[in-house]
Amino acid sequence: MGNLGIIFRRELMGYFATPLAYVFIVIFLISNGILTFELGGLYIRNQADLQPFFMLHPFLYLFMVPAIAMTLWADERKTGTIELLLTLPIKLSDAVLGKFLAAWALTGIALALTFPIWITVNYLGDPDNGVILAGYIGSWIMAGGFLAVGTCMSACTKNSVIAFILTVAICFLFVIMGPNMFFNVYPAWMPDVLVDAIQSLGFMTHFEWISKGVLDIRDVLFFLVFIAAWLLASAIVVEMKKAS
Amino acid sequence: MIEIRNLSKKFDQFTAVDDLSFTVNEGEVLGFLGPNGAGKSTTMKVVTGFLAPSAGSVSIDGHDIGDDPIAAKSLIGYLPEGAPCYGDMTTREFLQFIAEIRGFRGQDRDERVQHVIDEVALETVVNQTIETLSKGFKRRVGLAQAIMHDPKVLILDEPTDGLDPNQKHHVRELIKNLAQDKIVIISTHILEEVSAVCTRAIIIAKGKIVADGTPAELEARSRYHHAISVKLTSDYDLAGDLQGVPGIGAIEPDDSEAQRFFILASDGEPIFAKVQDVAQEKSWPVTEFHVNRGELEDVFRTVTAGGQA
Repeated sequence: MGNLGIIFRRELMGYFATPLAYVFIVIFLISNGILTFELGGLYIRNQADLQPFFMLHPFLYLFMVPAIAMTLWADERKTGTIELLLTLPIKLSDAVLGKFLAAWALTGIALALTFPIWITVNYLGDPDNGVILAGYIGSWIMAGGFLAVGTCMSACTKNSVIAFILTVAICFLFVIMGPNMFFNVYPAWMPDVLVDAIQSLGFMTHFEWISKGVLDIRDVLFFLVFIAAWLLASAIVVEMKKAS
Repeated sequence: MIEIRNLSKKFDQFTAVDDLSFTVNEGEVLGFLGPNGAGKSTTMKVVTGFLAPSAGSVSIDGHDIGDDPIAAKSLIGYLPEGAPCYGDMTTREFLQFIAEIRGFRGQDRDERVQHVIDEVALETVVNQTIETLSKGFKRRVGLAQAIMHDPKVLILDEPTDGLDPNQKHHVRELIKNLAQDKIVIISTHILEEVSAVCTRAIIIAKGKIVADGTPAELEARSRYHHAISVKLTSDYDLAGDLQGVPGIGAIEPDDSEAQRFFILASDGEPIFAKVQDVAQEKSWPVTEFHVNRGELEDVFRTVTAGGQA
């Protein structure tokens, strides 16, 4: 196991050594249930699919994911362990990626534990399980996008609460940039080209089809590039700000 | 060998380390002294590769810390200031993590971890989370991780800060034992520590070296070097008796103790025999009479308050 794996395991163990992982998972599952049934109207639609479940994930992630990302680097700097970590013979990329992957794995675990809802629709009807699997994968990749923003914001400050608020704010922008069911953010005078360009960066633009089970490579690529860009920014910020 | 060449570190307008150059060889235990804010910790952070220097270079056994950080860092064991550790892990988990990063696997790893646990006496707290430990234990966990890979270079930022006298003694013994064919750099405020464990001391002030030598050499710079300390039982005119005796300088009362006086040597030569002769001849009312080696504290204050000693 390389250094990346060692750091990944330490971080993941860290989540489960404190109540954080359990609280996160429980709240995630409860909120997920409420959103899906109350707001999404899973039963009322009378369709055996999980589209309302997935469609609401961006709004769920908006508050849940920054909560686990906020401490990633902020706490390292606050407690001084960053000095310990970065004077060990490891590459900075291993540290940034290892931490990110551990947090991503935690969201993956929480997401996987929503399986009863999948059992429910299978019990009640005859859904397309390929579509559901695609939805799960897409949703998890999108969570990575939220998390990458959070990683970067956590690297920017020693204060994890500030990191949380900044992450929510930035992610909120990316969520409302795309088409969404709640409101239109673009003023009428804006040229369509510009609207399209900005919209193409929105989470919903890429997640809409994923939630319907269409796992288009371009949408997946968008999120992966998005993650890579924010992680690169995180590494740069960690390097720049570690002294303070 | 550690080579530090023209090292500078600036934070915005503030210069923490200013054109520092020195070399440390195998077998040396270097005490790094200086007042708070003198640049001790910053220097250590640059040497260990945590901070990039603004100018100059650091090489550890020929590996430049900037160009070849992994190789250089592999040679270093480092205890950062305040001994930061991951508080939510148990002592054993934390040390296992460090051992793995240092390249130990399986049985090897467990043996190494057990070895350092024995070395710094952590057996009683191996299954406690680090955040529940006392300051002394935390510091020892920090030491344990620093010596995990039996490093060639050991850099300890205030290793005995917050320890009780027994623990201090223990840590100093540990450092002495480790020091053979290693390079050890420790920063400290505690001057007795320098005399106790260091073979060389560097005093820095405002990011510059103001003194560099063995503890004995530095003590020799003290105006109290070779001075005779006497404790009188009643008032007595020492100065009158010593008038005209060559090599005798001023006679100063000790501020901290009544009836104790220092008879200073004026030209750096021992004056014990001369003073003893006079004391016997005139039957001084003394209860204590001994030679002062010189006081590091005095040298420290002189050189860090500006100007050379």
